[in-house]
Amino acid sequence: MSSELLQFILSGVTLGATYTLAALGFSMIYNASGVINFAQGEFIMVGGMAASFLTAAGVPLPLACVLGVMVAGVIGWLIERFAIAPARDAEVASIIIITIGVSMIVRGFTEILLGKGAYALPHFSGEAPIALAGATILPQSLWVLAVCALIVAGLGLFFGRTRIGKGVLATSYNRLAAQLVGVDVRKVLTLSFVLSAAIGAVGGVLVTPIATVSFDTGVMLGLKGFVAATLGGLGSGPGAVFGGLFLGLIEALTAGYISSSYKDAVPFVLVFIVLVLRPQGLLGAKPTDRI
Amino acid sequence: MMFVKKAMGTVCAAVMTVLVGQSPMPVQAADTVKIGSVLSLTGGAATLGDPELKTLQMYVEEANKTGGLLGRRIELVHYDDGSEPAKANGLIKRLLEDDKVDMLIGGTTTGASMAIYPLVEKAKIPFISLAGATVIAEPAKTWMFKISHHDRMVGEKVMADMKARGITSIGMLSDTSGYGQSARKEMQAVAQRLGVTIAVDETFNTKDTDVTAQLAKMKNNPAVKAIFVVSFGQGAIVATKNIAQLGITLPHYQAHGSASKEYIRLAGAAAEGVRLPAPALMVAAELPDNDPQKQISLDYAAAYEARYKTDLSPFGAYTRDAFFLWADAVKRAGGFDKAKVRDAIESTKGLAGTCGIVTMSAGDHLGLDVSAFKLVTVKNGAFVLAD
Repeated sequence: MSSELLQFILSGVTLGATYTLAALGFSMIYNASGVINFAQGEFIMVGGMAASFLTAAGVPLPLACVLGVMVAGVIGWLIERFAIAPARDAEVASIIIITIGVSMIVRGFTEILLGKGAYALPHFSGEAPIALAGATILPQSLWVLAVCALIVAGLGLFFGRTRIGKGVLATSYNRLAAQLVGVDVRKVLTLSFVLSAAIGAVGGVLVTPIATVSFDTGVMLGLKGFVAATLGGLGSGPGAVFGGLFLGLIEALTAGYISSSYKDAVPFVLVFIVLVLRPQGLLGAKPTDRI
Repeated sequence: MMFVKKAMGTVCAAVMTVLVGQSPMPVQAADTVKIGSVLSLTGGAATLGDPELKTLQMYVEEANKTGGLLGRRIELVHYDDGSEPAKANGLIKRLLEDDKVDMLIGGTTTGASMAIYPLVEKAKIPFISLAGATVIAEPAKTWMFKISHHDRMVGEKVMADMKARGITSIGMLSDTSGYGQSARKEMQAVAQRLGVTIAVDETFNTKDTDVTAQLAKMKNNPAVKAIFVVSFGQGAIVATKNIAQLGITLPHYQAHGSASKEYIRLAGAAAEGVRLPAPALMVAAELPDNDPQKQISLDYAAAYEARYKTDLSPFGAYTRDAFFLWADAVKRAGGFDKAKVRDAIESTKGLAGTCGIVTMSAGDHLGLDVSAFKLVTVKNGAFVLAD
């Protein structure tokens, strides 16, 4: 394998891991409520911004990262409690529009409270790139990949082995039936918002040392996360991972071998083709009509 | 409901009385002069608009402390266009028709400046734009003046330095923002004129978290003897870090958008040795004492950093220069008559600002040439003169 191709792949995997963390959040909320949460990108931004500010204020890095994720979790809870729950009887489309509004509010508040500049975090384990057969990868990218893998594994256990996790799954299959067998649907919804906010924020914290963060970082990452989730199949965990990595690799390889001018266009064209040919996404379950 | 309506009626009537009662008050109008400003304080260009407004507020306040301008208090009326040119258009109407301002500073972005110009021309009011694209001043528009250097000059400065170092074949990485795309075209034209080959011409999105794929292509192309990154803000920082990550040792150039302390702070060690064109402001301490730009640059930096406790930005400096360009013209015109002030701005000669020494003419509404830029490099975490 040429070192150039390897570099493109490493670049793509780094990008893809971030998209995956964004995509997982989309999928989780979609599962629990059927809603596409367009404020997902803001959780990424809030995590990165909060951690940056705490570090700058003298809080040790590991603690700042944990607090950053918690801040996003609390915001996720607030959003569910005050914006989504009061509208739970509304149409899904209305709730989606609410999430767009919420994302603007979160972005606006961050802009006013924390300013308009860009901020960074120190790299977790040094900035010296690791050489790999002529290509290089940053230790921070390995952090992104490792944590991403841990989260996916953790979510697998959560949904497969815990009572509340199974409750979330049950709700996603059939809300009414789940409620009838004793699943607290309200709790499931709250939980999914807090969890997806936290997962998004973990992504934000991890990627901030590489890419820096500002109040408007979440827009593009959120959009890419949505594309990744749709490519893989909305609501599917493995789909989010696959979609994220696939998207990252496609971008890097397009930039490398075709032209970087088409780098952002190719994923969107791709998602269009996928949605026409396979509306449930590449790994999504085939929808069955209930009679 | 009826009660509310009635109450509203009473309030309206009261307000009307007050307004009508106050309307014949030309005394106050004569005492103040109004600067109208539309800036991008939120949205994509907020990092530019924020220091622009802060600087303007600082100088308006300072001028008012010492008796204003020609004995009149300066009043600043500003609106936020949210980085949307279409919105700027509506706000300008409000400034012209409701606020009845005497001059305009603003248009953070090229889009906003060009969108409002037709109204400016109709209203015949002097307008100093802060935006970057060449189109603002070329061809010269009667009522619009420009403060910031043309993008083209960035290319001229950078490529002249490349040629002086024997580099004639480069890789260029520009972002896909409006700025990046228009600058890219300008750079291509300059390269052709100066005989520099752009062997690899790549683009990226300013919000990308990784651009190593594009840079690896440059690294592996033997024709690339230097890398020129045409971007600003986060995009430029990510590119700088990625160049260091790939261990690329080729000369590395940036555009003037990276001439900020934020760039050095966030890019860290990766910024060492980067060369870029910057206004004198960024290296003021190094200038000889008799340089007319030295003292005003130091004064601006000290005042801004003391007041706002934040890093200096070249975008704020544009507003500083715009304010003094106008104040200087008003003094020479001996009043605030819009046409006379416009003529006076156009006949500005040798006015030193933080971004250059301005000499305008009917055909040149920028009044700067490529010498207004200093070529600087990053050494030990600070900008120093490269030559």
